[in-house]
This record gives sequence, structure tokens and C-alpha cells, in this order.
Amino acid sequence: MSCHCDEQKPQELNLIEEFPDKRKKLEEYIQSLDIGNNREKNRGLLIQSLHKAQDIFGYLPLCVQLFVADKLKLHLSEVYGVISFYSYFTDKPVGKYKIHVCTGTACFVKGAGAVLDEFKRYLNLEVGETSADRKFSLNSLRCVGACSLAPVVMVNDKVYGKVTAKMVPDIINECA
Amino acid sequence: MINLSINNLPVRVKKGSTILQAADKIGIRIPTLCHLELDCFTIENRMGSCRICVVEVEGRNNLAPACCTPVNEGMVVKTSTLRAINARRTMLDLILSDHPKDCLTCEKNGNCELQRLASEMDLHHLLYEGRQSKYDIDLACNAIVRDLDKCIMCRRCENACNNVQTVGILSGVGRGFEAVVGTPGLRPLSETKCVFCGQCVAACPVGALTEQNYKYNVWRALNNEKKHVVVQTAPAVRVAIGEEFGMAPGEIATGKLVAGLKLLGFDKVFDTDFAADLTIMEETTEFIDRLKKNENLPILTSCCPGWVKFLEHQFPELIYMPSSAKSPQQMFGAVAKSYYAEKMGLKPEDIVVVSVMPCLAKKYEASRSEFTRDGVPDVDIVISTRELADMFKEAGIHINKLEEQQFDSPLGESTGAGVIFGASGGVLEAALRTAADWLSGEDLKEFDFEEVRGLSGIRDTTVKVAGTDVKVAIASGLGNARKLLDRIKSGKAQYHAIEIMACPGGCLNGGGQPYIHGDTKILEKRKEAIYKADSGLSLRKSHQNPDVIKLYDEYLDKPGSKKAHELLHTHYTPRKNW
Repeated sequence: MSCHCDEQKPQELNLIEEFPDKRKKLEEYIQSLDIGNNREKNRGLLIQSLHKAQDIFGYLPLCVQLFVADKLKLHLSEVYGVISFYSYFTDKPVGKYKIHVCTGTACFVKGAGAVLDEFKRYLNLEVGETSADRKFSLNSLRCVGACSLAPVVMVNDKVYGKVTAKMVPDIINECA
Repeated sequence: MINLSINNLPVRVKKGSTILQAADKIGIRIPTLCHLELDCFTIENRMGSCRICVVEVEGRNNLAPACCTPVNEGMVVKTSTLRAINARRTMLDLILSDHPKDCLTCEKNGNCELQRLASEMDLHHLLYEGRQSKYDIDLACNAIVRDLDKCIMCRRCENACNNVQTVGILSGVGRGFEAVVGTPGLRPLSETKCVFCGQCVAACPVGALTEQNYKYNVWRALNNEKKHVVVQTAPAVRVAIGEEFGMAPGEIATGKLVAGLKLLGFDKVFDTDFAADLTIMEETTEFIDRLKKNENLPILTSCCPGWVKFLEHQFPELIYMPSSAKSPQQMFGAVAKSYYAEKMGLKPEDIVVVSVMPCLAKKYEASRSEFTRDGVPDVDIVISTRELADMFKEAGIHINKLEEQQFDSPLGESTGAGVIFGASGGVLEAALRTAADWLSGEDLKEFDFEEVRGLSGIRDTTVKVAGTDVKVAIASGLGNARKLLDRIKSGKAQYHAIEIMACPGGCLNGGGQPYIHGDTKILEKRKEAIYKADSGLSLRKSHQNPDVIKLYDEYLDKPGSKKAHELLHTHYTPRKNW
């Protein structure tokens, strides 16, 4: 019959408290937006604020979501709803090297499946996971607009074209 | 005004009306599922997400969702063409392809809008088979159960939680087939700032949101010969439970309800209204004290556990404002396990206090650690009006056919002031009746404070209490409470006393009441019944309740005494705002 509503604390590191300089940067950015009391309007400023927050902190854990929600006078649930909708946003820590294997139609028919499997095998990661040393994150995405180079792999901002499974170790080794 | 035709019938409606509203005006019912309109509170869910209400509009290529398509001059609408009917059936078929088919054992069986649609739309076999959503059932709190496998993404709960109540814990999470209505991080409700008002449950058309059901716990208690089982029924229960037994909305079922409870086998059938009178004694004493000292004003009512929890999470800086008086439910429990126990020569742990409440937050309230003495909870089991109706049905008790009976003594006597607790404005009016008498030292003949009554979200007025102007406000629905509190915080408004109820309209529209499926006329009728019950009683002021007077004489000394504080008062705790 008991209800433990309030004993729950976020288990994760509180990035907002740990990194005052980053907090300040995000705060200044949000202050530069035209935040008023109109929730509808503030909601329109949410995505860009989350972009900035993810740029600054690398990911969007609960403490960062709460910070953004508070500054934009929105409910945490609205912020979380948006984060969960867009695959770009993540509430889990990501690796230094973000590997994205395109599994869009063109890449897929050109063998992206085998490439992705090789990354999974080589890094011992499932799609969406990050290595324990926070070095690599593995993800798939749908189309980067470079179908002539299919299959395409992106590592952070770098694009690799016509990738085969054999090239996977070299791509990873390039990430010094 | 706009002129259009629907199924070749002319209709004239206000600009901005929807096709659905226009059709309703001429008696054409278009099926809906995600749409919910509670006109008396201007609450509307117009997502247009389920597409069950599609109709044909001449000159438009695709079908139009009637619930969110505004009418145009000269519009020609057909609601029952083969194309519209087929599209609706396909939509329903697709919704059902990802919905469990366990209607027979579903909590919502017989009350499900999806089930009713499938019947009305003559859908007898399904064409589509596909993946089924699979989520863990959230059973972690003791008020609300969430079974998301049954969620049809109508977003009515989200509207109730975020827009109406502004509690703000629900939103659409994920996308595509994985999309579901959930809390931040998909945490269980017990780990959020949910206040358990149950307005999401009242809004849910299917079995995705239901109450935690404690019926079996009551059956077990009733069949335990070692236990002395007493029951209290809240004011709003008596004006709603009859609806489940063929009585017209607004018929007062008090005597039949008592008769039914006695048949179920309770040792004593008592009335929360008695404790409501007791609440008024304590709360009004506190109010007059603050008023005379002109400090800690306004006083806020504290009977509603959903509202109290909302304040603790979202307005912790105002935590000194609510009266420290416990709610009637908890006062009843405390008195039953002390005064009554001693009178009967029973040990508190041998008494089982069952509450019948129009409310789901009361289940949570009873479990708060403040409301336990020496490990014995003041209130043991809380069931909703709906659960009690189910128990009557299971026991074959058709209360409408029973001879009326009276509540038992000594915790069954009540006044009209106790009854009106069930409607928005009632607690304040009850307090004003007593305050006016106490301050003037007279038994005033004029004590109807009509201006504080009503279903509207926020009301404020100045009332004369024994020659003094007292500024009062009433808010029902937590979104309205927020507006009022923001005004107080910013100094834009000043009041002496404020009543707040979490549910729009007050307890008569509580999250545990029989489902109204959008028919707000039922709420009007329940409200009328509450005031009719009040005016039909010879005693209508709490301080004139003879058993309450006796309780003070024999046990508590006087309102605000040390003993009264020990038993009848509580404190509040700031909580996290997420």
C-alpha cells in the first residue's frame, strides 16, 4: 500500500551542477531566445534549445531535460516527448565517435546490412549502444542524401562511401 | 452564422463550429473515439487522431474528420455514404489490430467506448492481423493502473493531465508503431509528480487507465470474523451511485446506499459527512484565528488529496497556506480508531475502516505515512464509487429496490454543511456558515451563500460574514487552481479564504465516479442533487451536529484543542517538481 513517490532521485550524474560553465552557456543561449509566458510560443523554441543543450552536454539526461523545461516554462513530459520522437536526440551518453550506418533503401540493397553486422561484431555493440569506454556509439539511420555512394557510413561528420564489411576495421582504426 | 446541409438536412450553426457539432444539432450522431468535449468546463480534446469520425464533404477529395473540421457556408456533408462507412470500419479494424481482445476480463468491460463502437459499427470479424504493442503494466502506485497495451493513442488522458489539470506528466513518447502515451522516461506514476486525481482515468475511452481495485480486500475483510468492519461514504457518492442501478442522474440514493452497505455485511455504516462537519469545526477555528491575527492568509482548504499533492510538488513556497486540518476521510479514520474504538471496547487494529470515495487520490491519501498511528493506518481500504457499484452487482444487491435505511450512530449523523462538500464551493460555504454564526454569536437564519456555488472553474466574490467583508475564491480543476495561485503569488489578488478541488466541478466529478462519457448534464444533475440533499436536512450547519458536539464534550474538548490537533491535524511536505 505504500507509495515511494519522493525517495526516487535521478541516479545519473547531475551535469547541470557538475559543469557550471556549460550550464551558463546553455542558460545564456535560452535567455537570448524570446521566452515569455505563452506556452505555445515557448514550445516552438524547444527543439533549438534541445539542439543547443545536446551540443553542449553531448546528451540529454534528466537533469538537462529538467533545466530546459524549467527555463522554457514547459512540463518535463513535453520535453521528454520531443526527445523521444526525434532520433537525433538522446538521453543516454554517446561515444566520442558516433558511427552511423545508413540503412536507407539504396544503402540497404547495396549491402548495408552486412556492414552494420560487421560493426556490431567488431565493436561488440548492438545498434543504439555505446562502448563502456565511451569511445564508440553505433547507430543506423535512414538516408544521408548520398545514395550514389551507397552503402554509406558516417563517423561524426566524416562520410565513408561504398563501404564493405572488410573496410570496417580500417574505419575504426582511423578513429585515433 | 453558417448554413450548410448534412445528409440533405439544412442546418445553421455558429461560425467556428465543427461538422460534428452541426450534425449533433440536428440529431445526427457521428461516431467518435478520440474526441472528448466537456462543455460545462470548456474542456475539449480535438486531436482528430483516430479518424473514426470521417465524413464526405462535397468538393473535397479526401474524407474529413468531423470532430475537427470547421463548417463553411454552403458545405454539403454526407455522413453515411458507403465510402465513409468503409473508411470508418477500416480505421476501427486497424485500431483493433493492435488492441488486446480480452474484453471479457477487461476492467472496462461494459464501459469501453471502443467496445461500444465495434458493436455499433457492426464489426464482427477482423481483417488485419499485425504486431501487438507490449508494455509492462504500471501497478506501482495504489491509485491508478496503466495498461498501455490497451492505449489507442487518443491523447485524452494527456489533454486531461497537461491542459486541464496542468499536472503535466503525460505526453506522446516515441514515434510510429512504438509511440505511446507515457511519463518522462516512461517511469511509473509513483515516481512522478502525478497527484492521482484520476481525471486521466475518467477521460480514457478504453481500459488503458483504470483504478487500482481493492474490492477483493473488502470482501476479505467482510468475511473475517475477527474484524469489526466499518464503512464511511463520501458526500458525492450518494448522488452518483444510483446511475449504476437505473436511477436517473440526480436522484439522491443516500438511504438505499446505506441499505445496500448493510446488506453487504458491514458492521456499521457511517457517513464521511459526519467527519466533514468535524473538518469544518477545526478548519473554521483555524480560519477565524488567522483572520483575527491577519496572518497566513489566505487559508486554503485541505480536504482534497489531489490538490494537496499538487501544491506540495508545484507550489512548495505556499505550503504554509493550507489549513492543517486533515481531510474528512482521514478525520473519520482517526476518530474511528480512537474515540469509537474506545467506546466499543475494541483495539484499533481490530477495526477495519473502509472508505467509499468518488476519488482515486483518496487511495493514495490513506497510504500517506502521516495517517498511521503505531503502525495502524487510520483508513485501511479505499474503494471508488464504481468499485462499490461493482460489489453491489456481484452480491446481487440492486440498491434501487431496497427500502431506505439510516446511517448508524455515532459517526453517521451529519448536517447539510457536510453534504455540500461534494460540490465545488461546498467546503467554503460550510465554513462560512459556521464562521458567520461564531463571529456573530447568533444562529443566523440567512446562511445560503449561493454566490460560491457552481461548476465554473474559478469564482471569486466578497461575502459579508458577521458584518465583515470576507474575500473568497473557489477553484476547481488544478489548471484553474494554478491560475489562482499564480495571481496570489504575484500579489495581483488577495483573499481571505480559498477552496480548491482537484477535479473540475469538485468531488461530484471525481476520478472514481461512474463514467459520464462526456455527458456533462449528468454533472449538473449531481450538483443539483447535492444542494437538494442539503436543503432537505433540518440541520445545515456543522457546529449544530449533535454527535460532533458530543465528540468534543466527551473526547476532544474543543476545536483546536491539543487532543484535536493530535488526532485531526496534519502537515505537508515539499516534493520534487517532476
